[in-house]
This record gives sequence, structure tokens and C-alpha cells, in this order.
Amino acid sequence: MSIIETQNLKLVYGADTPFEKTAVDDVSFKIEEGDFVGVIGHTGSGKSTLVQMLNGLIKPTQGKVLLNGIDIWKEPKKIRKIRFKVGMVFQYPEYQLFEETVAKDIAFGPKNMGLNDEEIKQRVTGAARFVGLNNELLLKSPFDLSGGEKRRAAIAGVIAMDPDVLILDEPTAGLDPNGRDVLLAEIAQYHKTRKNTVLLVSHSMEDIAKTADKILVMNKSHMVMLDTTQNVFSKGEQLTKMGLKIPQITQIMMNIKNTGYPVSSGVLTVEQALKQLLPLLTNEKNIKQKRGSK
Amino acid sequence: MAEFINASNVTFKYENQEDDGTTTYNTVLKGVSMQVNKGEFVALLGHNGCGKSTMAKLFNALQVPESGTVTVDGIDTADDQRVYDVRRRVGLVLQNPDNQLVASIVEEDVAFGPENLGVPPKEIRQRVDDALRAVDMYEYRTHAPHKLSGGQKQRVAIAGIIAMEPKCIVLDEPTAMLDPRGRDEVMNTIIKLNREKGITIILITHYMDEAVLADRIIVMDDGRVLTQGTPKEVFSQVELLKRHKLDVPQSTQLAYDLMSCGFKVDNMPLNPQECTQYLLQLLKKYS
Amino acid sequence: MISDIAIGQFFPGKSPVHRLDPRMKVLLLIGYIVFIFITFNYFALGLMALSVLAIVLMTKIPVKMYVKGLKAIIFIVLFTSVLNLFYGTGTPLWQWGFLKITLAGINNAIFISIRIVSLILISCVLTFTTSPTDLTDALERLMKPLNFFHIKVHEIAMMMTIALRFVPTLLEETDKIMNAQKARGADMETGNLLTRVKALIPVLIPLFVSAFRRAYDLAVAMECRCYQGGGGRTRMKTLHMGKTDVMAVVFTLLLLTGVILCNTLLPATIR
Repeated sequence: MSIIETQNLKLVYGADTPFEKTAVDDVSFKIEEGDFVGVIGHTGSGKSTLVQMLNGLIKPTQGKVLLNGIDIWKEPKKIRKIRFKVGMVFQYPEYQLFEETVAKDIAFGPKNMGLNDEEIKQRVTGAARFVGLNNELLLKSPFDLSGGEKRRAAIAGVIAMDPDVLILDEPTAGLDPNGRDVLLAEIAQYHKTRKNTVLLVSHSMEDIAKTADKILVMNKSHMVMLDTTQNVFSKGEQLTKMGLKIPQITQIMMNIKNTGYPVSSGVLTVEQALKQLLPLLTNEKNIKQKRGSK
Repeated sequence: MAEFINASNVTFKYENQEDDGTTTYNTVLKGVSMQVNKGEFVALLGHNGCGKSTMAKLFNALQVPESGTVTVDGIDTADDQRVYDVRRRVGLVLQNPDNQLVASIVEEDVAFGPENLGVPPKEIRQRVDDALRAVDMYEYRTHAPHKLSGGQKQRVAIAGIIAMEPKCIVLDEPTAMLDPRGRDEVMNTIIKLNREKGITIILITHYMDEAVLADRIIVMDDGRVLTQGTPKEVFSQVELLKRHKLDVPQSTQLAYDLMSCGFKVDNMPLNPQECTQYLLQLLKKYS
Repeated sequence: MISDIAIGQFFPGKSPVHRLDPRMKVLLLIGYIVFIFITFNYFALGLMALSVLAIVLMTKIPVKMYVKGLKAIIFIVLFTSVLNLFYGTGTPLWQWGFLKITLAGINNAIFISIRIVSLILISCVLTFTTSPTDLTDALERLMKPLNFFHIKVHEIAMMMTIALRFVPTLLEETDKIMNAQKARGADMETGNLLTRVKALIPVLIPLFVSAFRRAYDLAVAMECRCYQGGGGRTRMKTLHMGKTDVMAVVFTLLLLTGVILCNTLLPATIR
């Protein structure tokens, strides 16, 4: 059974007004347990609305969201429980910090779940460890942290609920390259250890290429692709038409392939590119050297 | 080329009041010297906390150096009498597009700067229209800023600076909060202003693909200038940049990795086109 | 969504009402409010109400919008008119215990409801046809004489301008923060008043922090743009009275004469 499944999901904003807008239209997909899915699409494609429907923050106009096979809106009064199972980290999550100490802030979610003090404490230290916040920082006011630390504290606040599905909306926005790499590595590590499902919404194709196994592509409120990262990025031209930029390295290797060299089309990282190029170059180098020696 | 901004041996520190009443100092600039020429497009690169944003504030007299001097068009920014002379020459665009617009109508906002300068109404109208055309936002002149996209808001902010007719615009991570389309819009606008209007641009960024578009890159690290030069010169120093936890474009990275495998790189590629060309040459050479 | 609330909603247009000088509009509004309250018989009141309706139609803004504006205060209208209904003096037409309805009471109720409705409609005309910026601008210029009494008119107007600019942004932000806290299981919909107020803390604190951050940024941006207070400032928009304004004044004066004539020549319905 898929952990998350949607059936003909549709959302209309401002129905019956002149401002009526269909944000998500007829989206059906299945995401398996343990998947790391990148969600891409440019601003206004409906991807943010889509992920907010997955944890019941937005109620679909039509269609269903199934979590472990059960409709999340079956009992609307218990929707809060769904939000503990499908954790959501919003864009610029540091702006939601409010408690006196970082530890208390991370404990907000677990407390709302009604856990006992001992469990809450464990959750807090566990979540803090995942995002690399040390004990000393936990006792500080969240407002005294640096930008990157605030971001990680906020993410820890969601991880502490130990959700089955973790959704992150642009978690690296505004970070510098080093901060971005560290955070992505932490998220990847979290996914590897917990083996739960992660959805990463991002504009940065490089980030997606580095982390996701699968990619869901939204375009003009429709889902247009859901496939492995490699397969999606090998359709570079289609993505470019939707106004999405594929990673530089993918573009370069696609150009090489189009010129007729035997490289694969969905190259995602510089290391992969190198692996494909070196045999071509060294083989040919050797052959040439042999010819030269004759 | 004529020198426009000159920072010489600048130091700067922020004061922090601790909870226990003591004062601690955070030295962010430890002797920085840099020059920017008239009409140049300079990218200031470095990760958070390296002092690049402080430099931006020094350039338009929002802060004055603790020691050393900053001159703009020959004016010492530490001269209290001439603060506004500095600011009308050097405009500053900030990171968050939402927080720098004052008025609830686009054209009123663009007019804010010239109004403060006491420009006659008719001329303000002219300047506002010109500025909005220069950033391609003229059709949106009667819109409300909060209904615009991030890229559009940022372009309005730029128009608000242009309307003051500055000689130089400093942009402090103007694209950090934008989506790829917004980033392109803003970068195209910046380049256009530099090429067509000859406005000196100082772009503070940590996106490498933006920095490669500049005439010159100055890399800062830990309150000092680490290295500077043309994009090719700077990005050829992959090791130095990596050591200081800075990124290089993937195109450069690939060429660099091939170089360490023993392949020759004459001309460091900075973008996918250059890199593709380089690879094709390489593949051709060895077949 | 919270951000759907219309605050000082403005509908751009090209009607004569839109074209009036905002200063004139503010002055005329004050005039109309006074006129509405010096009507003492149905003829005068009817004349005013019809004029207000005519002006409403002249704005060419869908009547639906005005109805929406009225809906918000329908309770107040009903409440005050019912109150007035039972407050009349004279011979009761109907009585039950201490509650009695008199002819004067009915007249009072009708008068007060028509007055309030007209008042709201004419105020809506001002906010619907005048952009908030123009309104602030007009108020700043009209209140300029107050500078003489050391009231900082420019600063007050600047504050209004900034408030107008940031209210939608902060509403949007409130929405976002609420969603973020809901995602962490915050319960804002159930419980008694005290728990609900408590549930707002996780929203209010981040909102304040963010408002201060924005204020700091804005202050920097304003300084960069050479803001030095009201002294030496010019304005892009110059306001000047035109033909439409003269016509509006003439119309209003005629109306005033009509109201006075009705009041003096015909018997008063209410006191």
C-alpha cells in the first residue's frame, strides 16, 4: 500500500467570485513508503497548494487524499492527528519560532501531540541531533541564533513530531552555499536513518538532483510527471519549456549526448558526469597513444 | 578607468550588549581595501558573515568605518555634512523585496526618493516614468506592491533607486528570496542598467551563476578580501574557493576535475555553453 | 483567508466622482454628513437619500459592493432602529408591559435607519473612489494648518501611508504563521476563550518579531532614499481643483438649499 495517495485532487480558490482560480486540478499519484520525492514546478504551478492538501491544512474542493489507504478527511474533527503524521516545514520556517528557548520551541509539536515529559525530552534531543544543534544552543532564546541555526531549529520542531511523511517547502531558500549543502546533507541523513518518506519542494534543481530519488513535476495546476530523478531530468527540453531550469551539469551532458557521444541523458552530479566522461576520454587517449607508438 | 568608490584599509565592528551587562565586539571587517571604477559591474562574493553586507552599508554612509576611509566620487563618507550627497550617488537595494517599498501604489513608491530630494513635481513624474520603463514595470505603475511577484517587487525597488539618478547601485543579495524566474528578471535588469545607462553596479550575492556575469569579482572571507579578478581568474582558483567553503559553477567544477585527471584546460569554462564546447574539443582531440 | 478582508477597499475608475480632488471629496463628505443629520422631515431626508443614491450610481461601481459594505453594519442599523422604535413619546399604538410603540417611535426608527444607511453609503463613496494614498495625501494637506499647533501632520500622514502599505503584507504573514503553527498541531478552533487567547501566542509573537524586522529594514531603505522628514520634500502629485470640483460644489450648495427649504417650509416629523 502506498503511504500517500491522491485521487483526482482539485482545489479552487475563491469559487463563484471573479477571482476564481483553480490551483490544483485532477492530480492523482501514489508515493511509496521510504521515497524521497522532489516536487518541482515554477511559482504558481500549484505545488505549494498541493503539499498543503497532503497534511490537511487545505481541504480539497474535490478528490481525496489517502494516508496509508485511509481518507484523511474521513473524520474532519481528527484532522489535527493527520498533521502529526504528515509533518510540514514551511518556507522560511524560522519566522514561526516563538518560545523562550529553542528546546521549548522544538517541544511545541510533541506537546500538542499530548506526549509525556520524558518522551518530549527524548524527541527534542533526538530532533536537535538530526539538524546539528548542540545542547548549549537548546537553552538559548531562538531569537539569539544565527539565520542558519534558526532555520534548523524550526525544522527540528517538525522532525520532533516524528512524522511518517516529512514535507519541506524550500528549506534552503536564502541560505549561502555552505549552509545549503550542510542542511541538505542533514535532511538526506535523516531520511536514511529514519527510512521515512520525504517530500522536498524546491526551485533549486541542483538541490533536488543531489537528494531526491523521484521527482513530481507540477505545471499549470496539473501534475505532468512523477518518475525517477534520472528519467525526469533526461526530459530536459520538456522541463525547459515549462520554465524550469535543469542543473548545469545535466544540460552539459545532454549537449554532449546530442552531439552523438555515448553518454546517458539523466546525469545529475559532477561525479556522475566524470564517471561517464573519463572512460570515453582515457580509452580514446590510450588508443591514440597506441596508434602513436606504432 | 576612473575610480568611483575607494575603500582603504577599512575596519569595522558591531557592539553587542550581553545579558550580563557587558559589551562584546564582533569585528566584521579586518582591514579591507577595494576600488570600484565608474561604470563597472562588480560582484562581491562570500558566505554569510564574511562582512559583505557591512561593505554595502559603508558604501552609502549608513555606517562609517571604525578606521580607514571610504570615499564615494571623492567624498569621504565619514563627513557628516555630505551624507546625503553620498546617498544620492549610491543607492542600496536590500534582500527582502517586501520590506523596502514605502507606498501602496507602485508609482508613488518610485517617487518617494526624488520627493525626498526636493525635485520639482513635473520632473519627478518624468523620472518615475523613465525609471519604471527601465525596469520594465511601467504597465504596473498603478498596481499595489503586495500583489506583485517577488521579482516584480524587487524591480520596483530598483526603479525607486534609479529615480534618484544615482551613479552607482549596490544590491545586497537582491535575488536571495526570489524564484528562478524572478532571479532572471532582476539579473537582466541589473545588466541592462549597467550596459545601457552606464550605472556602476556592486552586486552582493552568493549565487555563482550571477557572479560570473560581472566584470570583476571580489571574494571576501572572514572580514578580508580573499581574492579578486575577472570571473575566469577567480573561478580558476577552485582549490582556494573550496578551502573557504565557497562554491564554483558546476561547469567550472567539471573542467577542474578533468584538469586534475591530467587534461589541459586553457580557458576555464564558466557556463554550460563554454563547458560543452570545451568537452567537445576534448573528445574530438582524443578520438 | 484573513487577507480577504477589505480595508479601505478602492475600486479604480474614471467616473466624475473618481476624478474629484480628494481634498474636495473629504470636505464634501463632511458636508453631506452634516446635511443628513439636519433633515427633520421626510422631504428633506428623501432629498438627501435620493442624492446619495444618485452619487452612488454615478460612481459606476457595482451596487453589490455597496451592499457588502452595508451588510457589515446591518446589525447596528437594526439595533438602533429597534431601540428608537420603543423610545418614542406620545400615544402608544401598541403596548405590552413597559414596551410601547408610538408614531414618533416609528418615525424615529425609520429616520435613524435611513440616516445611518445614507451615512455609510456616502462614506463608502469616498473610500471606494479614492485611493488610500490620495486620501492620506488629502488629509495631510487639509490638516497642514495644524502644524501651527505643533501637531506633526507630515509624520502622521507618513505613518498612515506605511500602515496602508504593510497591512496586507502582515495579514498575509498572519495566515502563513497560523498555518505553520497548525502544522505543528496548534489548536486554534476549539476550547474556551482563555485557551483560544493562549493559542494565539504562537502566532502573535512571531508576528511582532517579524513586524519589527520589517520596520528595521524599512527604516534602512528610507534612509537610503534620503528621507529626512517632511522638510524640503516635494510631491509628485500636485492636487488642483478642476471643473468637476466646481460642479460638485454647485450641486452640493443646491442640495443644501433644498434641505433648508424643506426643513423650514414643511412641518418637522421628528425633533
